[in-house]
Amino acid sequence: MYGIGILKGLGVTLKHFVATYVDDLRWFLDRISGRSGGRYFNDKSMAVRQGAKARGVFTVQYPEEKLPTPEEFRFLPFLVYEVDEQGHAHDRCTSCGICAKVCPPQCIWIERSNDPATGRPVPEPVEFYIDVDICMNCGLCAEYCPFDAIKMDHVFELATFDRMNHHIFNKERLSRPVSYYASIRPTNYAREEEARAAKEAAKAAKAETA
Amino acid sequence: MTEATLAPSLEQLDIRFPGAVSADTRPGYSGYIVAPDRLTAFAQGLRDDLGYDYLSSVTAVDYFPDARMEVVYHAYRTQGGPAVVFKVQVPRDEPQVDSLVPIYPGADFQEREAWDLFGIHFRGHPDLRRILMWEGFAGHPMRKDWHEAYFEEDNKPYKNRWPEGKVYRIEDKVPFGHNVSYPPSFTPEGWVPETDAALYAGLSRVPEGEGGNGHAMGTDQLVVNLGPQHPSTHGVFRMVVTLDGETIVDLKPVMGYLHRNHEKIGERNTFLMNMPFTDRLDYFCSMGNNFGYALAVEKLMGIRPPERAEYIRVIMAELTRIVNHMSAIGFLLNDLGAFFTPLIYAFGERELILDIFEAVSGSRIMCNYFRFGGLARDLPEGIQQKIHDLVFERLPRQVEEINTFLTENEIVRNRCIGVGVLPRERAIALSAAGPVLRASGVAYDVRRAEPYSIYDRFEFDVPTRPNGDIYDRYLIRIEEMRQSLRILQQAVRDLPAGEIQTGKAQYQVRVPAGESYGRVENPKGELGFYVISTGKPNPWRYHVRAPSFINLTSLGTMSKGYKVADVVSTLGSVDIVLGEVDR
Repeated sequence: MYGIGILKGLGVTLKHFVATYVDDLRWFLDRISGRSGGRYFNDKSMAVRQGAKARGVFTVQYPEEKLPTPEEFRFLPFLVYEVDEQGHAHDRCTSCGICAKVCPPQCIWIERSNDPATGRPVPEPVEFYIDVDICMNCGLCAEYCPFDAIKMDHVFELATFDRMNHHIFNKERLSRPVSYYASIRPTNYAREEEARAAKEAAKAAKAETA
Repeated sequence: MTEATLAPSLEQLDIRFPGAVSADTRPGYSGYIVAPDRLTAFAQGLRDDLGYDYLSSVTAVDYFPDARMEVVYHAYRTQGGPAVVFKVQVPRDEPQVDSLVPIYPGADFQEREAWDLFGIHFRGHPDLRRILMWEGFAGHPMRKDWHEAYFEEDNKPYKNRWPEGKVYRIEDKVPFGHNVSYPPSFTPEGWVPETDAALYAGLSRVPEGEGGNGHAMGTDQLVVNLGPQHPSTHGVFRMVVTLDGETIVDLKPVMGYLHRNHEKIGERNTFLMNMPFTDRLDYFCSMGNNFGYALAVEKLMGIRPPERAEYIRVIMAELTRIVNHMSAIGFLLNDLGAFFTPLIYAFGERELILDIFEAVSGSRIMCNYFRFGGLARDLPEGIQQKIHDLVFERLPRQVEEINTFLTENEIVRNRCIGVGVLPRERAIALSAAGPVLRASGVAYDVRRAEPYSIYDRFEFDVPTRPNGDIYDRYLIRIEEMRQSLRILQQAVRDLPAGEIQTGKAQYQVRVPAGESYGRVENPKGELGFYVISTGKPNPWRYHVRAPSFINLTSLGTMSKGYKVADVVSTLGSVDIVLGEVDR
């Protein structure tokens, strides 16, 4: 009969429509019985709502609610510095320039300096610029940095009112402590620290035998 | 392999075309060099006698400072098997080649592109106009001695970035500053843009006095521009149509509004730098784009990724297909007037897959996940389970839901059945690819015809449909999602443990000199990367055979004779992405 297909289709929309309220009700009952924090503004429910078992309305109430960012999420690079016991900051960056060489849109500028006494290059860069208008967030700089000195950030809400003067980030703007890096990428950080410790142990063992 | 799937040998070709063909013996190159004056005869014989009915790719290479250019053709048989690659060499100062449009109509846009970007004149081409640049553009930008407005150096990395990085804003180098060269006698103030006179003149019209529709009422012929700013065109795309009443008499696509000369950028880049740029071609299927480019360069390097990486690549590529087909169906329904409900349902599933992409690659859309000889990183904790849940439970159910939702819908059927028909022979001749080709009854799928990666291990069908109308192009996508899920289920089940990178991941790969053509069955069709290396860190030639772009060659054929309202849904059923069309 003509129209059956349309009715079937409307059945699907009706199912979606009903599922939304059923899902709301389910989370509501969970909340009033104290079993969970409800459907919205709740990290635990977010995992369900955005997972394979999701039912009902799929949307997220951004910016009040946000999707969790996975650890590998990448948005704009930052520079990692270590803080020693005296509280001095030391860049991990040695201005080797690999990130500037691998950068596809060539948005990284690094100013290396030489020690006036010896004429040799000083490891830490004098200045480090990233033009964030040009950066394509590909993450190759972080991937190929041999010193784990440049990493990709998780902060993506960076709207400014003036693009002419604020979109070239300098070293000061780009630098973050190691603790920040460890907080946003814990498993990566742990893996790198393990590798570093193993390398240093091997070095020490070699020095001992020599 | 049977006789039919083997490429013809030089001896066979030499007997057939005496004196016209020689082998390309440059190190790393393959295929044949055809004498320019014998090209048409060669192509005719190749198509009619040897069965190479499908001309996949036409492109050009500039060998500056050598005074020669080369036009490169890749032809296939639709039964499957490897390509016949043939080349024609022409002098650089007066490059002229016979057009292959009369033999392979699918060469139309590709020859126009080669004319536009390389300045190679194709004799006998029916409508040789610029296609990506505008009429009146000075020069041919893909030539090696042509420099863009923000030109810094021929090859990246640029020397002023390190170690004396004195930063400047690229934008401060304004296009009307010293960094731009004008053709002699050009004054920007007095410039009047050239009109589209050539374009309009090229449109066919119903001859005077033959009032096409047979009605008693006389009708006027109109030229109507659909787009470039129009929600139905999926981006900045323009269709110029002549109408007789409401019936389409002729249609010509106009593109290039999103052109950024991807290929020129690609030749400035190093090999690795191109990987994130390929994401930006078909931005619905960045994993698939990565795949094609990685294959092309790996062929040159002579490496293969480890088992685990192969499986993960297939998983990502097939998830991408589901993402793409979900969106394609959603947008098609949008074009039919079913505003957003189907699209949003489809996008819900897409979001779940994008969550997986984000977790493995760091980005939802611009994935940049593949590397030469492997992948950027292994699957993070818990993702395999997520993929498992999706491909075994949720997605099969949701694909069937979309099917129940739309397939039997009478409005969809009325609007789609018998509309926008592309007959089988025309589809092959016009080099249509992917779902468009298979909906016209040609069981051609690169995954089957010339299996790459590990696709020969999986069980799946290549669905076809007999009618080649919009409805078939819709159904084929539903069926392809089912087949993708079959592949995914096998891949997820068999995913081995192990390494994900062959050798050490390097930021500067050594690519031996030579040419290679890496092609994959992307969701929109055959995506090919033609790469030439000279052994230096940057590719000498980097060409993208973009399926969206070449599928548009058949848009005119599909639309003629139907109503103007059907053009929108016909375009929706071709499924284009302007990032890839305009490159």
